[in-house]
Amino acid sequence: MKKLRLLAGGTLAAALLAGCATGPSPAEMDAKANQLIKSSFRDQGIAKTDRLAQDLGQSACSSDKAPDDATADKIMAEALFTVKWPAGGQFIGDWRTGERLAQDGRGMTWTDNSTDPKSNGGNCYNCHQIDKKEISYGTIGPSLWNYGKNRGITDPAAPATAPIVQYTWVKLWNSKAYSACSNMPRFGHKGLLDEQQLRDIMALLLDPKSPVNQ
Amino acid sequence: MRTRTLIGLATLALCTGAQAQKSTADGIAEYRKMLEDGNPAELFEAKGEALWSQKRGPKNASLEKCDLGQGPGVVKGAFVTLPRYFPDTQRVQDLESRLVTCMATLQGFDAAEIAKTPFGRGEMANVTALATWIAASSRGMRFNLPQGNAAERESYEVGKRAFFYRGGTHDFSCASCHGEEGKRIRLQDLPNLTKNPGDGIGFAAWPAYRVSNGQMWSMQLRLNDCFRQQRFPYPGFGSEVTIALATYMGVNAKGAESIAPAIKR
Repeated sequence: MKKLRLLAGGTLAAALLAGCATGPSPAEMDAKANQLIKSSFRDQGIAKTDRLAQDLGQSACSSDKAPDDATADKIMAEALFTVKWPAGGQFIGDWRTGERLAQDGRGMTWTDNSTDPKSNGGNCYNCHQIDKKEISYGTIGPSLWNYGKNRGITDPAAPATAPIVQYTWVKLWNSKAYSACSNMPRFGHKGLLDEQQLRDIMALLLDPKSPVNQ
Repeated sequence: MRTRTLIGLATLALCTGAQAQKSTADGIAEYRKMLEDGNPAELFEAKGEALWSQKRGPKNASLEKCDLGQGPGVVKGAFVTLPRYFPDTQRVQDLESRLVTCMATLQGFDAAEIAKTPFGRGEMANVTALATWIAASSRGMRFNLPQGNAAERESYEVGKRAFFYRGGTHDFSCASCHGEEGKRIRLQDLPNLTKNPGDGIGFAAWPAYRVSNGQMWSMQLRLNDCFRQQRFPYPGFGSEVTIALATYMGVNAKGAESIAPAIKR
């Protein structure tokens, strides 16, 4: 009898609890939020609403919780697969042009006219310290001062340096290859910078003559 | 003489540089302090106050019966409780979208027409001036948004999801820049908008007068330009996403003292 009453009490409590939870479930909330987000925006210039369509790397990194390990591994593997190596195995361009690109934060907003990489900057100093002479730098990413020097690069063309050179190219092409929810834009994958621009930024980081490595 | 000026300028540049690296925040705080004595936002406050009681629009009526959530005509304290749910529109509204509702119902303006007007022009400029005055009327009060209504709680949940939503060409979300403590872009400190004190700095300060372009910026314009820099498409004025984000930040700012209208870089 006592047991039965307890059971009934438990059922009643459960029913009450269910009654309290009048709001939508987290999954329903996700769906509703997605729909409301999409309907809130319109095309403006080059910034079209298709920019709201998410790939796995974006949707799985859109909450205050990191994705589970299996999802993160999938994102990283797919990202690595997207990387295109530079023509002729030529990884290093001109650090002077690289510095100009690193300083330039323009491109791809609705007030920009073209989606051509030639009209885009690299945004690098917005988030990274690079050449120490530039004191106006952001701190969202790590310092890149002495990037090549710290990694012992004296000749970026030498076979021994290939792992670091290739790592850096992948990082610039698709940062998600090494960190599923990296804050860094996927410059090559998303067509933000072209091959030559990436070579120039590579030079800024890796060329022993670059001011970054003095 | 010219040499001396040049040396002076060079010294100034060097000092500014060194100082900037040592403590950007202190420098900016000092600069704001200097500007506070004459915040041009006061001009917009005065304009907004005059607009509130002026008979205007097709119905030749004032806004003095507008209900901002504290009862018809009550302005003081309204700002620190918005966005909130309004039974008449059956929507959660922020200050600006609520003002447009009042301009439509009381004065006979076309709400859709105002929402389409670019910031700083025509009736949109009047909405900004009104919002500036209404915000100023709650200066020093503490944020306390209501969350008693299901629609208000839902607005918070949508806002939280919008805050973390990554998209666009650069994969940015609001959280890319405003999800951690102590980060900056170039020399600009970034408040963490997921909690206080970040929201007390980032949310509780708008509308604000921006020295860099000499404009009065409302919260709707602040969010609009964040999305532009995020490389997102264009958010509608008073759209669900902008109001939900304001609810998210406003609730997170609970207890923070309103300093709006502030003065910003």
